[in-house]
Amino acid sequence: MLNSRRCAACIYLRRKCPRDCLFAPYFPSSNPQRFANVHKIFGASNTSKMLTQLPVDLRAVAVDCMYFEATSRVRCPVYGCVGIITALVQQITDIQYEIAKTKAEIALYSAQQQQMSENKDSQG
Amino acid sequence: MKGPEARSSTSCAACRLQKRRCTSNCIFAPHFRSDDPLKFAQVHKVFGASNVSKILSEVPQEQRDDTANSLAYEAEARLRDPVYGCMRTIALLQRKRVELQHDLMLARARLAHYIASNSSQFGKGHVDMAPLSHLSPLCIEQTQSFGWNLSEFY
Repeated sequence: MLNSRRCAACIYLRRKCPRDCLFAPYFPSSNPQRFANVHKIFGASNTSKMLTQLPVDLRAVAVDCMYFEATSRVRCPVYGCVGIITALVQQITDIQYEIAKTKAEIALYSAQQQQMSENKDSQG
Repeated sequence: MKGPEARSSTSCAACRLQKRRCTSNCIFAPHFRSDDPLKFAQVHKVFGASNVSKILSEVPQEQRDDTANSLAYEAEARLRDPVYGCMRTIALLQRKRVELQHDLMLARARLAHYIASNSSQFGKGHVDMAPLSHLSPLCIEQTQSFGWNLSEFY
């Protein structure tokens, strides 16, 4: 009997949504794009396999992660979420450079200040 | 009548895994060489050969190597961490970035203090206290748009 409230996955796959549908808790019909993206990148079969290999209490967060990765890949087919990692690594490198530069300037000012104060002492 | 496609002399990793003939225009061959079978095996397990083929065919040829490598990275991350995949790395890097931005702010404040307290000796220096403008919080925006709270990784 067709479930009148099919989940997004079963709507997308054009099939009945059973009471114990694996996808239903994580792909509500209110957000069709969520399953569409995950299906496009990972595929329904792979998603199903990955979910069944996880404890039930971890499946929701796993699907959230897969949705993020899938959507990143849809938006940027070349790099996906790896592009985000690359950008973050570059940003971290840039900030570390700025910190080093600032600390070098502090050291310079500090040395000059010390020199000034030694000169003052020797004149006094 | 169309003749059979020329067979590649060496099957690529993808065709070996799928036990099929590797043709000269195999889309996988340039990026999944036979000497690295693990790369395609992982990508196949996570994304599936059909999806990988579609993704590769949708990007320009000169970008397919980068695409294959990023898919391999993502697949390896997901196999290593079936729950979080790449997200754990993203969360840790975001935390590191926030910590370093704080360190930079402190360093700049300290430098400004030096300059201010010694302006008569050193002349009026200037410390750019503005946040690094090119560091757009792209990840924060993207993750927030997913209602994603990365603090659970910290």
